[in-house]
Amino acid sequence: MNIAAVITSQFRSLWTVLQHTFTKADTVEYPEEMPALFPRYRGRIVLTRDPDGVERCVACNLCAVACPVDCIALQKAEDEHGRWYPEFFRINFSRCIMCGFCEEACPTYSIQLTPDFEMCEYDRQNMVYEKEDLLIDGTGKYHDYNFYRVSGKSIGGKDKGEAENEGEPIDIKSLLP
Amino acid sequence: MPTIEIDGRSYEVEAGANLLSACLSQGLDLPYFCWHPCMGSVGSCRQCAVIQYRDAHDVQGRIVMSCMTPAADGARISIEAPEVKAFRAEILELLMTNHPHDCPVCEEGGECHLQDMTVMTGHTFRQYRGKKRTHRNQYLGPFIHHEMNRCIACYRCVRFYRDYAGGDDLGVFASHNHVYFGRHEDGVLENEFSGNLVEVCPTGVFTDKTLSEHYTRKWDLQAAPSVCVHCAVGCNISPGERYGKLRRVINRYHGEVNRYFLCDRGRFGYGFVNSDRRLRKAMIEKQPAVSGEAAQQRLSFLLAQQRGKVIGIGSPRASLEANFALRERLGADYFYAGFGVDEHPLITAIAEIMQSSCARIPTLREIEQSDAIFILGEDVTNTAPVMALAVRQAVRNASFEIADRLHIPRWQDEAVREAAQQEKSPLFIASCDRTRLDDVATATFRKAPDDLARLGFAVAHLIDPEAPAVTDLSEQERSEAEVIAGALKRAKRPLIVSGSGCGSLAVIQAAANVALALPEKAKALSLVVPECNSIGLAMMQGRLLNEAFQLASTGAVATVIVLENDLYRRAERVVVDRFLAEVEHVVVIDHIGHETAEQAELVLSAGTFAETEGTLVNYEGRAQRFFPVLAPADDIRSAWQWLSDAPGQTDWRHVDDVISALAQRLPRFQSCRDAAPFASFRITGMKIPRQPPRYSGRTAMRANITVSEPKAPDDSDSALAFSMEGAESARPPALNPGFWAPGWNSNQSVIKFQDEINGHLRGDDPGVRLIREAGRASWFREIPDAWRVLSDQWLLAPIRHIFGSEPLSALSAPLAERIPEPYLALNPDDASRLEVGEGESVELELLPQMERRVLTVRLSAELPAGVAGIPVGLPGLPGTAFWKAAKLGTIS
Ligand code: SF4
Ligand code: SF4
Ligand code: SF4
Ligand code: SF4
Ligand code: FES
Repeated sequence: MNIAAVITSQFRSLWTVLQHTFTKADTVEYPEEMPALFPRYRGRIVLTRDPDGVERCVACNLCAVACPVDCIALQKAEDEHGRWYPEFFRINFSRCIMCGFCEEACPTYSIQLTPDFEMCEYDRQNMVYEKEDLLIDGTGKYHDYNFYRVSGKSIGGKDKGEAENEGEPIDIKSLLP
Repeated sequence: MPTIEIDGRSYEVEAGANLLSACLSQGLDLPYFCWHPCMGSVGSCRQCAVIQYRDAHDVQGRIVMSCMTPAADGARISIEAPEVKAFRAEILELLMTNHPHDCPVCEEGGECHLQDMTVMTGHTFRQYRGKKRTHRNQYLGPFIHHEMNRCIACYRCVRFYRDYAGGDDLGVFASHNHVYFGRHEDGVLENEFSGNLVEVCPTGVFTDKTLSEHYTRKWDLQAAPSVCVHCAVGCNISPGERYGKLRRVINRYHGEVNRYFLCDRGRFGYGFVNSDRRLRKAMIEKQPAVSGEAAQQRLSFLLAQQRGKVIGIGSPRASLEANFALRERLGADYFYAGFGVDEHPLITAIAEIMQSSCARIPTLREIEQSDAIFILGEDVTNTAPVMALAVRQAVRNASFEIADRLHIPRWQDEAVREAAQQEKSPLFIASCDRTRLDDVATATFRKAPDDLARLGFAVAHLIDPEAPAVTDLSEQERSEAEVIAGALKRAKRPLIVSGSGCGSLAVIQAAANVALALPEKAKALSLVVPECNSIGLAMMQGRLLNEAFQLASTGAVATVIVLENDLYRRAERVVVDRFLAEVEHVVVIDHIGHETAEQAELVLSAGTFAETEGTLVNYEGRAQRFFPVLAPADDIRSAWQWLSDAPGQTDWRHVDDVISALAQRLPRFQSCRDAAPFASFRITGMKIPRQPPRYSGRTAMRANITVSEPKAPDDSDSALAFSMEGAESARPPALNPGFWAPGWNSNQSVIKFQDEINGHLRGDDPGVRLIREAGRASWFREIPDAWRVLSDQWLLAPIRHIFGSEPLSALSAPLAERIPEPYLALNPDDASRLEVGEGESVELELLPQMERRVLTVRLSAELPAGVAGIPVGLPGLPGTAFWKAAKLGTIS
């Protein structure tokens, strides 16, 4: 290789770096100054509620299986009317890499990442969040969706045939078309 | 073998198969719903379409259903042609029009054949915007959950339930796309095999209610290769665990034993593992021991004292390893088998007949091929359920012969049934009371046990005149015997089934005589025993329980070690009470609490089948190994560990050492070493993981206790690991925790593990036969006299119940719901003689003990006069059939 070309390239790089000394910095003086984060920033995870104010999570385990670091654990329970919900829901944030796969996998829009990343702890054990710590009162980013209004499973207050796009239950004793 | 061309490549396929099973046998993926490997084709779902070309010049071809088309030599088909792929995607879309948006809240999700096939066909987007038809669900009892909206109308459920398992309370209702699969009204599904609907239904219509109680997806269940412990058939199972709790049991295919199906006792009886009756801590004088070691020392102390005055009682529900460890620790002279006082001679006789006779002991697959069956004195559905399912298939052999004559392939299920109408292979059932196979029997005979034996002896004599004759046969008995003997003689593959069920040695001997009388090569005899290791224990030749009782009464027993056994189930209460009082120190090693354990000075907590490794010998003498699915907690150790851990006692470190010692000490167990690979087995240096590759929550499951993940429990006893890492392929079937293949998440993935569809597992079915037919046995000659009704005394004949007669499964809450109330069965004439009716109380005065009991009467029109049926093992009733006779009276 041509020696001159090598030397020129070295100086060109130095020059480029030097130029940046005079541009405006992107970094902000956190924590004195708070950065502007978008709603879809991937930070602390929450569990949301449906528009009726009921816990959205149906304990389907899809977030848990999607999670590349396996840091979500939960157990399905069922109320007396057949509604599934998590008996416990645990995220070990000391393992979470904020990848957002869980949110993508969730069929109910329950689990959502939020623009909050300030969750450092001196004691790692405090990074383990249970359902009480995760469940918020609102719907998060998705305001309208209610899984149980679409699903065919009947729950308290929604009988068979009452979900969206459902016909009346069939009378099986009838032979009429 | 015919050669067919699939998408331009030639394949050799098995003769007589249909295209679908031929393609699947070659490892190709082709979606299907209504076809089932064991139930044949009906062509109702239209999912398995392929293009078939007339000849080499045909480029257009036509769409055919592969499950309905024979794989004829030279056939040319295409699975991949774009037209047929589009067709299959459209069919799937049609099947899905009404399907609810349920996957996240469906118990089938993650192991759903419908999900798998949807992905396979590539249908991803629902175009239908109309209203979905909906259905109401039914209550189907404690085992099965019903969610009818999810049905795709493949008809598999009714074909299994009615045609295969003989049930009649599940049917199809309504018409066109309204069809409904359920009962005529809400209620418990009565068939003993209803649990298989969970696996047979390709969707989430029928799901396991007991799993739903503590639901876990298949990908989150830690599984292990295991063997059912609830009867002597030894079905292979795959239990699933999470958070230290056993969550469910599903079928694990075995080419010669259970194949695709389990019974409800085996599938839903696992609850005892989680029960609060479990013994989890070692107890010294009813107080929890400071540590396992303290309890261990107490045992060593008791054993060191008064050598020669310590005896051990083994158990037919404990593994070979546990029984052998007890026998080794104390010496063969001090080892008592622990069978019920009445059943010991029966089971010993059965084990001897199996080891000495020249009759073949057929596997369940061979039972299915029998063309004439004579069942003598056994209600197989209630004592060896899955064997009864095999017998039920055997009566179809007549229809297959008709189909063969008409050149209808055997897999053309509907056509074969249509051609055969009601034609059935001969099945004769001689028993005390009605049995659950009566509906397919050619003829049934109800007799007292002695008369059953006489009938058997008479049949044997009619087949082979050298067999001892029954001298004073009545005219009716003779003609009955002639009918049976004639059918057995005409058959090519006859089979005799009997066992300890009716509590009579003469019946077992008569059955052996019939089998021996059959021509060379056609001798086949299945003898049913009650428990999962009855045969294994009998082969160990322990002493009689009654001898132990006698010895104790002379003061010669200082300490007794009772292994996994509740003596109150095995002998009369007064006798056991006296025995336990006479023995100074009672030690119980068990996993479950019972009355004997309550009286023990030292209780050592053993593991169930879910926490330990061991070997069981099934009814055909097949040794099969089961492996722990969960790591033992608390003080739980294998029974053999409790017995051998004492310092200086043995050099057993691992269960493999125990097995090797057993093979060396008792040569008849020589080959049980080969039941499964030893702990040193590795696949390219790796162990076999118990957890599926998608196991979730590893870093969160225990994070509430401590955020640092603990090391996975070490399993130095086997080649399996409590981990998700390890060898994913080439697992030997004996070490395969369950079936899964890419794209095949349901248990139907088993087709990827068989050498051919319905065949054996690649790498050989697990387990080894310890008993091979040998020698020439001699005739049994002790023929009982004809039984006579006594005016004031009833013979008590044991009645076995699939739910209730086996003590471990009875502790599972859903199964307990199905256990009948204790009763006494009486013939209506006898009942009216006693002036009692159905549901009224009758007083039993047991002979010869003169104890009194009160029971409710249940009428059974088929019981012979003078015989009363006594259900075995129901609450308050004997665990084995040691009540023999009683006087009956109304309550004064
Ligand atoms: S963001 Fe990623 S790492 Fe964190 S819990 Fe969700 S899936 Fe797991
Ligand atoms: S994916 Fe959503 S609904 Fe399912 S368990 Fe996770 S948070 Fe709950
Ligand atoms: S209930 Fe299941 S097995 Fe029965 S027809 Fe419907 S989808 Fe098929
Ligand atoms: S037949 Fe016996 S071994 Fe098989 S599942 Fe039923 S109880 Fe278990
Ligand atoms: S599998 Fe062939 S039509 Fe259903």
